[in-house]
Amino acid sequence: MRLTILDKGHGFRTKALFAFIRLVTRQPTPEIIKLIGYRPALFGAYMKKVTHEAMRGSSGWSVGDRELMAALVSCVNACEFCIKAHTAVAVRAYGDEPKVAAVLSDLEAAPISEPLRATLRMLAKLTHAQTVGADDMRSVLAAGVLPQQIEDALAVCFAFNTINRLAETFAFSVPGPNAFEAGAKFLLAHGYR
Amino acid sequence: MTDISQQRKALIERVLNGAGTASQSERQAAFENIGLAEPVKTLIQKVATQATAVSDRDVAAARASGLTEDQIFEIVICAALGQSTRQYDSACAALDSAISKE
Repeated sequence: MRLTILDKGHGFRTKALFAFIRLVTRQPTPEIIKLIGYRPALFGAYMKKVTHEAMRGSSGWSVGDRELMAALVSCVNACEFCIKAHTAVAVRAYGDEPKVAAVLSDLEAAPISEPLRATLRMLAKLTHAQTVGADDMRSVLAAGVLPQQIEDALAVCFAFNTINRLAETFAFSVPGPNAFEAGAKFLLAHGYR
Repeated sequence: MTDISQQRKALIERVLNGAGTASQSERQAAFENIGLAEPVKTLIQKVATQATAVSDRDVAAARASGLTEDQIFEIVICAALGQSTRQYDSACAALDSAISKE
């Protein structure tokens, strides 16, 4: 972590919560939790609400679909922490590791529905090029995706384009697979609140 | 259906105008990625457009210019939110345009 305050600057109660998390999960405190827990009245408490609504609010997309979107956006941004975190949640949500791996390695050949593929393609372009046009949206609509589903996918994209940048800028350390498994279990049970 | 509009508005309002250590004008400039002086300009430009390229040196240079860690924390968050907001707004406008011409 590049800022000492994000490692050690939390208040007593937050540090006690981190100790509890370490005890229960037998893993180091995830650095995303340290970020969200630092001065939450400025950022973390508000970011959690946006992320929870995007990832767990009522939607035409399943939880697995939205976790897959988060993993794909993170792949385009080359954010290792977030790729591993949300790949683990998507795999657990779908119960289908090969499908998630196929999407992240070759979206066009992956065994998924065309509406989901078209949506992921648009999110990847938006994340890479920073912008998309009306033709990109027409392609997604033509694949059978409803406008509200596009808005839902854009909400996921917004959350992870924010978090990816912070994870990379603050240099989140990347723990081993057991930590991401524990994180995935937690996120599926409790969401992002 | 998912609706992040209220939460997103509250988040951005808080980060730009809530109690903080960086001035509101510095936070706004970082959000917009416009009008910043070096070395903060380079750091914020990287956060917005190539966050994987941010280095220890970029953060050290911002610190050496007189910014506290809390100020760096705030402007980096503003920069990340600013870029994701521009993406999001671009996509929402594209969707509106696609729907209105269908």
